[in-house]
Amino acid sequence: MPMTPEQRDALEDVTRFIYREARLQDEHRYDDWEALWTDDGVYWVPANGDDGDPEKVMSILYDNRSRIALRIRQFHTGKRFSQTPKSRLRRLVSNIEVLDDRGAELDVACNMMLFESQTRGEVVWAMRTEYKLRRIDGELRMSLKKVNLVNNAEALYSMAFLI
Amino acid sequence: MPTAAAAPGVQRRWDELVRPEHVHGSLYTDPAIFQAELEKIWFRTWVYVGHESEVPNANDFVMKSIGPEPIIMTRDRSGQVHLLHNRCSHRGNRVCMTERGNARSFTCPYHGWTFSNDGALKGWPFPSGYEGVDRSEYGLGKVARVASYRGFVFGSMAAEGPSLEEHLGAAMKSIDALCDTSPEGEVEITAGFLKHKVKANWKFLVENETDGYHPSFVHASIFEVAQSGIGELYSAESTAVSRDFGNGHTENDLRPEFRKRDVPMSWFGTTADRLPEYTARMNAAYGEEKARKIMIDGTPHIMIYPNLFIAEIQIFVIQPLAVNESVQHVTALQFKGAPDLNRRMRQQTMGSVGPAGFLLADDAEMYERTQMGVQMRNPEWLFLGRGKHRERRDEDGFLIGDNTDEVPTRGIWRHYRSLMEAE
Repeated sequence: MPMTPEQRDALEDVTRFIYREARLQDEHRYDDWEALWTDDGVYWVPANGDDGDPEKVMSILYDNRSRIALRIRQFHTGKRFSQTPKSRLRRLVSNIEVLDDRGAELDVACNMMLFESQTRGEVVWAMRTEYKLRRIDGELRMSLKKVNLVNNAEALYSMAFLI
Repeated sequence: MPTAAAAPGVQRRWDELVRPEHVHGSLYTDPAIFQAELEKIWFRTWVYVGHESEVPNANDFVMKSIGPEPIIMTRDRSGQVHLLHNRCSHRGNRVCMTERGNARSFTCPYHGWTFSNDGALKGWPFPSGYEGVDRSEYGLGKVARVASYRGFVFGSMAAEGPSLEEHLGAAMKSIDALCDTSPEGEVEITAGFLKHKVKANWKFLVENETDGYHPSFVHASIFEVAQSGIGELYSAESTAVSRDFGNGHTENDLRPEFRKRDVPMSWFGTTADRLPEYTARMNAAYGEEKARKIMIDGTPHIMIYPNLFIAEIQIFVIQPLAVNESVQHVTALQFKGAPDLNRRMRQQTMGSVGPAGFLLADDAEMYERTQMGVQMRNPEWLFLGRGKHRERRDEDGFLIGDNTDEVPTRGIWRHYRSLMEAE
């Protein structure tokens, strides 16, 4: 079934949002990236599979909004040594789908491949990223970003950049 | 050229590599030395494997390791814990590919040999082909000795040697203190592990765990922006001490600082009134006076050689994979009967450790950079002399120093040398 004009618009908005978010992360533009969050935002990277309850089991990363801010402040000290020097990053985004559009809020998912070059060497990260995006004053904001790394059950090298 | 491990005259060689205040860089980079360590440390001494609470029910199992070797920790029908090698006794295939579960037996997918969860071979398909072969000789390999202390399960692949109690020595008291922080006297490992891989030799990790010198520098970024109070414990003014318990076990004893503060739960960066449920249960369990003392002293910061690090609110299990590759398995400790405390334990652990942690990602960076550094030839040696002039003995006879001194590191290397020199 062809997309309606509304669906087409939503997909275009979402795609632009995700591309921009990817670029801000790749370029370590921490404050611009932080501004993409809603006040109740949750940034979550599960461990040991994609479905563990983060309130009960360990996640690689499970930040509420104030911890996201703390993470950004840590970067800004210039002494976050795992990112000094910063990883060189570029990610490709594909398979963007709007899974559910409820008007005020959308569920979105995509696939990503991220190439990292760091002192340690080169690492390729592959992931399925899920978002809850909210429409606020005509702009999209993230209220949830969940990054399901393909290899999240395995031992992983440091990933102190913004994944 | 003969390797250090294989060559005759090994004794002289370890003497030359490990000196009282210096160690040679090749100890972190020589693959032959790594192989010798597997034989003399990882496959001989007591190594921490897992916690009984990870296999709470009959027939539970969980995949673990001793060094690079995969091990299945099982609880059999009668409740006994076993440590089994994950290798079919027929052709060597892995019999278990599932991280955890409940199973009375493991069936090798290759030729269908089936082993009960105590390791015994239960059956082999088409048995007429095994006429005259003794089935009892073909069980799964078992770790020679298995023992546990307050739920912490250790294995030794050597049939003979010191008992677990002899090995743990003074570290037992620290494990007691840890368990006593629970109103029910038990810790549980139920939150699942983060697995953080580093391109570094395992000994850099062991040394770092009770190195009280680095936090002020490596963790300056998070101390600057978060009011954790951890930084002060590792400042030059701290009254905390570092200690060598012998047998390679070392600690940063932070109690002097917590006792000075005299505030229950300050060790956890909070106050007792913010954990009313926990405090009430502790008072009920131990009486107010003892509960207060426990809640002031807090939990230990102790490295139990060679691989179990108890870090106040979490445990780390160090796993060597290769001379320059290691994994830190880490999880939040959970105290039985303390759900309000446990939730905070998990949240703080997720923030601080693992691949993206506020603290550990920076530690990992240091291990990896030191690993790159020791490959360089000049200078050849690492210097461990900090605080040697003020090293002293405490009332129990253990060597102590200021919290930033390298007393633990020197103790670790003394023990290392004795293990490597042993016949």
